[in-house]
Amino acid sequence: MPDKPKVAFYWCASCGGCEEAVVDLAEDILTVVGAVDIVLWPVAMDFKKADIEARPDKSIVAAFINGAVRTSEQEEWVRMLRKKSQVVVSFGACANSGGIPALANQSRKEDILKYVYEDCPGVDNPDKTRPRIKCEDEGHTLTLPELRSMVRSLDQVIDVDYYLPGCPPTPKLIMAAVQALLSGKLPPKGTVLSPDIALCEECKRKDSKPADLALTEFKRPHQIQIDPEKCLLAQGIVCMGPATRGGCEALCPGGNMACTGCFGPTSRVKDQGAKFVSSVFSNIAPKEEKDIDAVLDGIPDPIGTFYRYGLSKCLLRRKLN
Amino acid sequence: MSEKFEPKIVAFFCNWCTYTAADLAGVSRLKYAPNVRVIRVMCSGRVDPQFVLDAFARGADGVLLGGCHPGDCHYAEGNYKTLRRMRMLERMLKAMGIYDGRFRLEWISGAEGDKVRSVVNDMTEKVRALGPLNLPGKFTEWDKEIEELEAHVNGGSKKEATVHAR
Repeated sequence: MPDKPKVAFYWCASCGGCEEAVVDLAEDILTVVGAVDIVLWPVAMDFKKADIEARPDKSIVAAFINGAVRTSEQEEWVRMLRKKSQVVVSFGACANSGGIPALANQSRKEDILKYVYEDCPGVDNPDKTRPRIKCEDEGHTLTLPELRSMVRSLDQVIDVDYYLPGCPPTPKLIMAAVQALLSGKLPPKGTVLSPDIALCEECKRKDSKPADLALTEFKRPHQIQIDPEKCLLAQGIVCMGPATRGGCEALCPGGNMACTGCFGPTSRVKDQGAKFVSSVFSNIAPKEEKDIDAVLDGIPDPIGTFYRYGLSKCLLRRKLN
Repeated sequence: MSEKFEPKIVAFFCNWCTYTAADLAGVSRLKYAPNVRVIRVMCSGRVDPQFVLDAFARGADGVLLGGCHPGDCHYAEGNYKTLRRMRMLERMLKAMGIYDGRFRLEWISGAEGDKVRSVVNDMTEKVRALGPLNLPGKFTEWDKEIEELEAHVNGGSKKEATVHAR
């Protein structure tokens, strides 16, 4: 029996949703499992670091890596997988652009540690003990990974071949990517494996989007009864559709929820948040500074709103302190 | 030897008003700080907030945006669009730690050559007082913490030098 192609799954700073999305392939997962040998999948199977280290370079056909890169251990793993794999697929919003973990780039590492180990309500830590990278105990040296000062996307650490967007990517896109890999019909390196169109193109509410939004206020979803047919932006809800890549078939707007931008931008955009500001805010109604500011007050957290999944990929990369 | 810090300011001037004003300042032989690098755009409304972030990311210490006075836009509404999106951009910049003074929006008509001079001089002094922003330098510094490990994992070999995506 000829060797089946070897495939690895790995997770970094992630919630497990991307792993869940793989399981969501349902019966299609049997096709995948039948066609490949999984050599690493920490969430589901028991493999050790040494197993991968022992493999020859480039012996794994594809490594699917999800999660943002946050610690020295994750860096070590992804660098090793890069060496051992022919193709690396950045899987999901966190790997692609930092995702939710990247919102930590608004804070200093010291402030995060202080909050988590000292100030957070419910923490009982009178000695202010914190995890140490290295400690000696009875002649043994114990080590822990080091927390980096910022959250990085996968391609800010290693070379990446393909990107699967989404929080998480949809089973349909995952299956298409796996089939492309297995058939050897690969797009050019660097391709995002999702249609290169704005989400609005796929949205059922598109026809009700006015040419000029002329917004007079922004509302949060709990403040209004959302009309299930009408464009969410036209209702004053921040919907990232105009600055987000399609491919999810507008699942969230279809479920009466605004798009939060998890698929990242299209190929023509360098900075998703800035592009959203460019497109939507030129179309609010007022002309005087004070009236404009009153409308903008409806968005209390601009960074968390426009860079919910992409702060690592903001052109500024992190808050400057 | 300590040299005086010379801020680099990227200026986007609209073709119809502010660029004409800068031209007027030139033919009137008005002297002003040589710290601005002027980029002519057809309308201040052409300036995408991405341009401003990119200018900072590529080493600008300040970004100046000049357009026609409200009501005077060659394209009727372009400068209103500019004003609205730049008010939002300012909030964003502030949240990212880039405070007032590094980014500035000014309305300067084609007749106001003198205003170009005073705005450029004033902004240059204010940015000089703030000191260098030096984002490219910061990016390199931030990535130092991951480079040590890279050498360790790749066995010190430099065969696969990683280019860190911005």
